[in-house]
Amino acid sequence: MNLTNYLVLSAILFSIGATTVLLRRNAIVVFLGVELMLNASNLAFVTFARIHGNLTGQVVAFFVMVVAAAEVVIGLAIIVAIFRTRRSASVDDVNLLKS
Amino acid sequence: MSAALTALAAVPTSLASTGHTSTGELVLFWVLGPVMVIAALGLLFARKTVHAAMSIVVVMIGLAILYVAQDAPFLGAVQVIVYTGAVMMLFLFVLMLVGVDSSDSLVETIAGQRWIGALLGLGLAAVLIGVVVKASGIAPVGLVAANTDGNPVGVARIIFGDYVFALEAVGTLLVTAALGALILTHRERLTQLVGQKERADARVSRGAVLTPLPAPGVYARSNAMDVPSLGPDGRPLEHSVPRVLRIRGQERSVAEVHLATGPLPDDEHLLLLEGVAGPATGSTPPERAITGEEQVR
Repeated sequence: MNLTNYLVLSAILFSIGATTVLLRRNAIVVFLGVELMLNASNLAFVTFARIHGNLTGQVVAFFVMVVAAAEVVIGLAIIVAIFRTRRSASVDDVNLLKS
Repeated sequence: MSAALTALAAVPTSLASTGHTSTGELVLFWVLGPVMVIAALGLLFARKTVHAAMSIVVVMIGLAILYVAQDAPFLGAVQVIVYTGAVMMLFLFVLMLVGVDSSDSLVETIAGQRWIGALLGLGLAAVLIGVVVKASGIAPVGLVAANTDGNPVGVARIIFGDYVFALEAVGTLLVTAALGALILTHRERLTQLVGQKERADARVSRGAVLTPLPAPGVYARSNAMDVPSLGPDGRPLEHSVPRVLRIRGQERSVAEVHLATGPLPDDEHLLLLEGVAGPATGSTPPERAITGEEQVR
């Protein structure tokens, strides 16, 4: 098996995550799509590390995980704050700056 | 045939000890890959948010297994602990907080957004896969040399060597994120705190019932919660039946309970209960039943 298979799987997962961000309106599902994209990129990083025989790719994937954890904390806090004031988790309802 | 033989010869080696992949890894990939893609599509198409979250958990566990298969056991463990353990549980907690049944609105605010989005997603997939496949022919080196001291040791040497400042920055970021979450979810109290004493005072000044409400009736044929108990005057107490049952209309009257046996003709007391008795011969009940809403004097 060629290691390209892993990269193709990563690309498919990334595209599904991106499509989720574009199509879904529930803020939490959109956020899950972002998480899926981050995970797909991590798979690519791990595969690159194996291809190049260098552990730096795994280190970068590790940092991506840590930053993603911080991002999840803040993003979910924002979603909860918006839900408290507007009683909605839909991204369409947050249009205060419109016109 | 010879290819199959060489593939079989590669079986005893562990999963991906070199840049070459063993048959075991091939099987693992083709079992896990479709499962992960289907689960990811579940995120895209699931109607309920909880189902989407659970399908993402499947994808993440599959990724952890693939990491271990790709000579990254440390990242596999971190993936399970951080992502499926912490991040997804945080997601589920927020889902419970926001409301599980908050489904997507199906109104398109931008006309044709669905088709444009699907087209863009397919285009992105085509471009990414095209680039990756075009770049094939790479000769993988493998991580045998890098993992001689063990994968966590090798990763730690790089993290605490070349990337030590990045590690410090990331630590600061985590502390900042925790503070930010605290501030974002903090709520100022706008009204006065209503404690036990305030509630009790309000109840007394309102003149409401101070004692507990009477318990439902216990009869020879029924001791369920839907039959009212009898007051000292022999009339049923409406308030002894729980409010929910009364609102739902599931309350039963005392007459229904003793209808099973049938009232004895000379039992004036039971006849009184049904309100079909004529002029009372025994004790005269008051004009209205005791309902528990009397003013407290």
